[in-house]
Amino acid sequence: MSRRGPVARTPQQAARRLALIRVVVVLTAVLGVNYVAWRWLFSVHWGAWWIAVPLVIAETYSLIDSLLFGLTMWRLKDRGAAPPPPPDVTVDVFITSYNEPVDLVMRTARAAKAIRYPHETWVLDDGNREEMRLACEAEGIGWITRSSAWADRPRHAKAGNLNNALLATEGEFLLILDADQVPLPEILDHTLGYFTDEQMALVQTPQWFVNVPESDPLGSQAPLFYGPIQQGKDGWNAAFFCGSNAVIRREALMQLGVSGYVGEVEVGVHRALRTGRRIVTAARRSLDRDPSPYGNAEQVGRALDMILYDIGRARRELARGVALFDVTYRFQRRLGAIRRELVAADLHALRSDLAVVAELEGLAADPDERLATVDEAVLEQLAQREWSPLGAVETVQALVDAVDVDRAAEAQPIMPLATISVTEDMATCMRLHSLGWRSAFHDEVLAHGLAPEDVQTMITQRLRWAQGTVQVMFRENPLRQKRLSVPQRLMYFATMWSYLSGFAAVVYIAAPVVYLLFGVLPVQAISTDFFIRLVPFLIVNQLLFWVVADGRPTWRGQQYSLALFPVWIKSFTSAFGNVFLGRTLDFAVTPKVRREDDGRRPWHLVKPQLVAMALLAGAAVIGLVRLLVFDQGSRLGVYLNLFWVAFDLVIFSVVVSAVRYRGFQPADEPPQPPPPGHLEPEPAARRSLPLPAVRRPVPTHRGERR
Amino acid sequence: MMELDVRTDERGIGVVVPRGRLNMVSARSLRDALDTLVNDGTHRIVVDLAETTFMDSSGLGALIAGLKTARQAGGDLRIARPTPAVTTVFELTNLDKVLRPRESAEAAFDD
Repeated sequence: MSRRGPVARTPQQAARRLALIRVVVVLTAVLGVNYVAWRWLFSVHWGAWWIAVPLVIAETYSLIDSLLFGLTMWRLKDRGAAPPPPPDVTVDVFITSYNEPVDLVMRTARAAKAIRYPHETWVLDDGNREEMRLACEAEGIGWITRSSAWADRPRHAKAGNLNNALLATEGEFLLILDADQVPLPEILDHTLGYFTDEQMALVQTPQWFVNVPESDPLGSQAPLFYGPIQQGKDGWNAAFFCGSNAVIRREALMQLGVSGYVGEVEVGVHRALRTGRRIVTAARRSLDRDPSPYGNAEQVGRALDMILYDIGRARRELARGVALFDVTYRFQRRLGAIRRELVAADLHALRSDLAVVAELEGLAADPDERLATVDEAVLEQLAQREWSPLGAVETVQALVDAVDVDRAAEAQPIMPLATISVTEDMATCMRLHSLGWRSAFHDEVLAHGLAPEDVQTMITQRLRWAQGTVQVMFRENPLRQKRLSVPQRLMYFATMWSYLSGFAAVVYIAAPVVYLLFGVLPVQAISTDFFIRLVPFLIVNQLLFWVVADGRPTWRGQQYSLALFPVWIKSFTSAFGNVFLGRTLDFAVTPKVRREDDGRRPWHLVKPQLVAMALLAGAAVIGLVRLLVFDQGSRLGVYLNLFWVAFDLVIFSVVVSAVRYRGFQPADEPPQPPPPGHLEPEPAARRSLPLPAVRRPVPTHRGERR
Repeated sequence: MMELDVRTDERGIGVVVPRGRLNMVSARSLRDALDTLVNDGTHRIVVDLAETTFMDSSGLGALIAGLKTARQAGGDLRIARPTPAVTTVFELTNLDKVLRPRESAEAAFDD
């Protein structure tokens, strides 16, 4: 359970370590490309393309994954001990809370108050709870809840909570802590020093959990990610923000908020005008076809023509570079005037459309979306509908209102923390890097957190992280971010790429099963050539892990990255549906407290894995019988596939121990209530606390890498 | 520190003059002043930046918040006479592309 601070290395030792890593990276890349090229060019068994092609694609996927990992490690940056903090900066410590037990939040808040560097401590209570407020007041801790502006508007979860607090405070720096991340007194002293670099926006420290046994059955710790992987990304100036245990420069966030606002208003206004023109054009046509419902069709038609003219003019002005706020101001006033005239002319047709217009306002308030990022599909639906002339005008006005400068649909126009994803951290960090800010990873545990203790909460949490990452990839593909350097883009892409492993895992399960059951070989021959190309690659690949990990445990991470394949697949399909088809993410709500243990184990949660294990084991038996009894299949082929099956089974066995896990049991101490005022998390005490879940640490990179 | 002059001219246009540093500490008082103006019925506001020696993104945030409040009340917020230092901050965030500075507080609502 122990975890070190920065590893003390002399510069020579660090240089030697990096040189060794680079040698192994090059070896891995050369051997990997050699193997996969040979696979594509000479060894695909095209006759059995239905399994051969998926396999070679899965292998190519893994090679790219391995190359990206090598690139990450190439500039591993070991920052060592922290530089001394500047003497007189102002800091706000934010503890984000939604509905966690007051005791648990206060434990963190007291520890936060005890942080040595001068600061102010705030509990950001999204639940707006009276008892939370009283508890804070009693101990002189700040309490912030949403302002009235948020009523009936999208709340944007944790990002919204932080954005609200940003406008209520004024410290130059913010330390962000999840409700269960108990900080150590030196956390600011060991992080603020990096900000003497004026371009430094963010310093992330590890997330580390105290309620996890040495064996870590749920794979909660991420020693490889909160270590070499973050250090490697740091080397390319791409250390990630992971939602908690990070210090951020307020100016960087606010700049992000303002530039994000400008960008979204621009996009939104363009889209609204485009859609508006289609709506009004359609209304004009239907009026031409059948003017009879209107007493004064001529006047109505003239009004619609004027609006079309104004939409065209607004678009031309924007294209010419006229300041957007001037264009929209004029446009809105013109529209208002025309609308008033129309109301008189078109009163009786108005009522039927009003209901739909009201719905439209609801649309802009969808908690998941801002209108600027609303899919074209939604605007398309609006454009398709038949509107009466006045309904059309009302719609255009509501559309432009929703995206116009005043951002009527949002609680506050400035949203520094990104709200495009269910996880706010990665998108925010990518935008900071796009604006030219720097980030750092400081490899020292400076807060002690709590991890989920049951398999269901764990799976829900991983799904959510994966969905968030994939959402960002679909919405703001890092490869297309022109203002990021190429390595920065690849660092973000690498994390997203690693979540595709779910699909590769299916192929890696299917290939040996297909061979053992039917004797269909996806490669042309299991020859010497095959072994001398594959085996060295596998060995150096593991060697790279071993060198990089430098004694940190990596096996759990390797297991989970394959064993949670149904979760990764679901994250892709659901995020795809959300981003491109406008569906909700439908993620299961994580239980707020630890579930009651009724003695039954939740095997149904890992059904796909259990089916896979049964298939693999069954195929192994049948394959052996085919070989030994009926002499079918080659000896070498069967043994190789049996080895493969055994490896898969060992990987998947982790889900069995995860389901059987009954929560953290500290070895020596019996459960007891926490002594009052005790700051340090104490494993024995924690057993009595119900565990929070959803809104807790949202590390951007989830699983450990293979 | 920042001082804030607030007056309403004969046309009913609110003129707000922040003097000094408009940063994360003083942004809130600007935001509050703009809110008060709009709530008291002044919906057209000019923020005269000629004497603002420094502005950060929190200051920009306060301007945008004021713009939102003014527009929701059917009015508008405009800026006039930014110093070069302030213009730079506008450019960093692309805000210069959407919010056009006026030559003077008096002429800010002429168009």
